[in-house]
Amino acid sequence: MTESESCPLTHREAIDLWFLENRAKVLDIAAFLDRLDRTGDPEDDFRIAALRNALSLLIDGQGDRTRRIQLLLSDRSSEPIEAAPTQGAFGAPLRIPEA
Amino acid sequence: MKYIDPHIHMVSRTTDDYMRMAQAGCVAITEPAFWAGYDRCSVDGFRDYYRQLTETEPARAAQYGIHHHCWLCINPKEAEDVGFAREVMSCLPEFLDKSNVLGIGEIGLNKNSRNEMTILEAHLELAKSLDSLVLVHTPHLEDKLKGTQLIMDAVNNAGLQPDKVLIDHVEEHTVGEVLERGFWAGMTLYPDSKCTPQRAVDILERWGTDRIWMNSAGDWGNSDPLAVPKAQVEMRLRRHPSAMIEKVTFDNPITFLGRSPNFHVEC
Repeated sequence: MTESESCPLTHREAIDLWFLENRAKVLDIAAFLDRLDRTGDPEDDFRIAALRNALSLLIDGQGDRTRRIQLLLSDRSSEPIEAAPTQGAFGAPLRIPEA
Repeated sequence: MKYIDPHIHMVSRTTDDYMRMAQAGCVAITEPAFWAGYDRCSVDGFRDYYRQLTETEPARAAQYGIHHHCWLCINPKEAEDVGFAREVMSCLPEFLDKSNVLGIGEIGLNKNSRNEMTILEAHLELAKSLDSLVLVHTPHLEDKLKGTQLIMDAVNNAGLQPDKVLIDHVEEHTVGEVLERGFWAGMTLYPDSKCTPQRAVDILERWGTDRIWMNSAGDWGNSDPLAVPKAQVEMRLRRHPSAMIEKVTFDNPITFLGRSPNFHVEC
């Protein structure tokens, strides 16, 4: 089963249905990055680095974008850690895998 | 259209939510034991919580015509202190034979630590001894992929049948392996993390509708107790047939949960 075969909507119908919503989401991301530029003390942050890598996958033309971005934002190690340093998660791995 | 929300934390929700869920077609729910947003400091704190899950919530849900069921465990976020977690587990037998208990859950991993693994394995051993169903929490965000794989390996090592285990909170990068290894899969519909209703329907379109369900996991955080009926609307919007919608939001939960003699719903 391929993606294009499995959604009952036509290509045009899908665009009509979701274009405006996703246009807004792109502008939100742009505004977020602009906002970061306007903050006082720019610093390297592993989450923003991961986000920039993820954005590059959106336009590489290779498909399966969601799964590939999920993998990019995942801890790819396989062994349990010794102890949990915190209870929360950050949304991106501390060690950033290759895009 | 009627539906079942197979994962929702009603201890954190209001009676207004019960009313709105009933109005939207909810006829049954299952509520896994989870983290309250803070660490409980005593075994008796958990004992009170288990009473809430097995006595208070079923009565509250019944007022709105909703069948309430639950799963019991100590959740992985409070499992880092192995000694304390074992103490809490020692009081589970006081509640496991209550009439609305379906099995062990939501067990799993949070930060994928060795201590969490130790308590996960203890729960799996308990589930095997009871021959019960298991509901599994998979970790958040960057920890999900690794944790899901560790959990599936632990289930296999414990000798449990994968078709009696539901791996919850699957997303695009974990759903394939979960289904291919014979487990049931749950998609949690959240506004920010996990799946939106749109992405959940995308996953159904790519991976099919066998051994999979959707839930709201509504709790004290950013969540929506009406997420499942909203996903039904999303499926209708895409012209998916009613039978497919009903399969994912009603029939599939019955197929899995019905393997517990304590699960009840009017069909």
